[in-house]
Amino acid sequence: MDKLQFKPKSRWREFIGEKFIALSALSALVAIFLIFAFIFKESIPIFTDPDIKEEASVDKMVFKQEFYEGREAKWSWQPNSEVPKYSLLPLFIGTIKAALIAMLFAVPLGVGAAVYSAEFASRRMREFIKPIIELLAGIPSVVLGFLALIVLATFLQKTFGFVFRLNTINAGIALGLAVIPIVFTVAEDAMTSVPKSLRDAALALGANPWQVSMTVVLPAALPGIAAGIVLGFGRAIGETMIVLMASGNAAIISASFTDSIRTISATIAAELAEVVFGSAHYSVLFFLGTLLFVFTFFINLGGDYILGRLKIKFQGRMK
Amino acid sequence: MPEEETVLEEENMVENEKKSPVQNETIPDKIKPDKDDGAKTKIIVSNLDFYYGDSQALFRVSLNIEENKVFALIGPSGCGKSTFLRTLNRMNDTIPGTRLSGTVLLDGEDIYKVRDVSAVRTRVGMVFQKSNPFPKSIFENVAYGLKVNGITNKDLIAEQVENTLKKAYLWEEVKDKLNNNAYLLSGGQQQRLCIARALAIRPEVVLMDEPASALDPISTSKIEDLIAELKKDYTIVIVTHNMQQAARVSDNTAFFYEGVMIEAGPTNKIFTKPDKKKTEDYITGRFG
Repeated sequence: MDKLQFKPKSRWREFIGEKFIALSALSALVAIFLIFAFIFKESIPIFTDPDIKEEASVDKMVFKQEFYEGREAKWSWQPNSEVPKYSLLPLFIGTIKAALIAMLFAVPLGVGAAVYSAEFASRRMREFIKPIIELLAGIPSVVLGFLALIVLATFLQKTFGFVFRLNTINAGIALGLAVIPIVFTVAEDAMTSVPKSLRDAALALGANPWQVSMTVVLPAALPGIAAGIVLGFGRAIGETMIVLMASGNAAIISASFTDSIRTISATIAAELAEVVFGSAHYSVLFFLGTLLFVFTFFINLGGDYILGRLKIKFQGRMK
Repeated sequence: MPEEETVLEEENMVENEKKSPVQNETIPDKIKPDKDDGAKTKIIVSNLDFYYGDSQALFRVSLNIEENKVFALIGPSGCGKSTFLRTLNRMNDTIPGTRLSGTVLLDGEDIYKVRDVSAVRTRVGMVFQKSNPFPKSIFENVAYGLKVNGITNKDLIAEQVENTLKKAYLWEEVKDKLNNNAYLLSGGQQQRLCIARALAIRPEVVLMDEPASALDPISTSKIEDLIAELKKDYTIVIVTHNMQQAARVSDNTAFFYEGVMIEAGPTNKIFTKPDKKKTEDYITGRFG
């Protein structure tokens, strides 16, 4: 038999292909870095410009300030007041409170729906509810915000008698609606990708379907579920339009979830358009943006870390 | 007069269908191993048909499986031996669109008439082809079956885990790392862990679906030794592709071909002087 003549593989084609793929991966990194660099650059005057430092130093943003002589020192965000006040604390507390309610609302519902869809729903039912929940992710946040502003707020106030119509709970629930599909999708994928062999093993030991879900599938899918929760939290922190419309936008420090709140993202969205370019207020808003960026970055990083730990714990393998 | 007779016949047929095959032993008797050593019959399968959707996978399979013996199922790929094995603990129930007729009697009780499937599966355990330990610790793997079946006494669980691991000859290898994740064990150890996990709930029958097919020769021989040891306490049904393995470990063998049980009997008879031509061809490696 004749020896087969193989064509030598093109070196440069491989080279170009590899470099092109590497470049597209790199461009995302570069874009993220440039965004960060730009946002941070605009906030630098806070640390360098003496006039701006006078008005809004880091000290003033963090610690209690005595804004008027003789009055009690406090944290306050009133950048347009005669005496501009730039305490970030109320905005932080508002952001965290809204995200907390959103997560309390979305995690049980999202994970619960995922368990049902992945474990108990008939195939027909699954094909029905999965797209519908995922469709929720496609609803523009302005629509959710509008819904919360008009319908949900009225309903909640009538039902529970809240003093403030637009409050943390109202904003949190609306925010939760945006978070549910994220948690659901990731958690459901994690559960359906648990190998059938594990379910079979548990069933063959006499476990019923409920026990299989709770003791085998759920623990094995926990890393994925945790990833969904972290992603959802990132969305809850960063989501803007819903909180802007539904939270009342009052920058107050309060432990009560029936008070209005103002979040970091809503503050940036509401104020950046009207701010004097290059002013202290302008820099502070960019500083807020920088912080938001750093937070979400670390949340994702932390999520990744937890994920790795859980994977080792539950699956005994290194990531 | 002729009319009446027809009616009578129909009634008889209905009667026959209703009758449980314990009384109607004609078919099982035929294939009973001719060697009579007084072994008790543990499982009686009669006229089993099985369907995946529209395609029939088993045709009128009837078999007797004796207690405290090793029963091997051999045959080429796709012949229905694994499907048959999975009918014995109703694992096929988990596959949507499957259908079954005929009876599987475990100690005279039709397992398909038992309401609680999990009760059947605690009596008929299973070891799968690919080792499938849970992503949990070694201890938790073995204890799982006890826990899901409502045993809460920690001392009892610990004792049973130790006993079972000893029974599976795994104890010496893992006693110092019971809390390690099971995935850190070698492939052969994982499979023996899965056997231990199945044994921990003290089933009466253990089904093994090619338990050694993915293992190296040393791990395989360990599992074969284990099987020989286990038949003192359990009835074992094993599917295997490896005919030497069937010859080594089993007391009785059934040969399946295209969903039909061709021949069953004592292993040495099947392997030395089978009744059917097809069995002989398969054993001697002429096909399959």
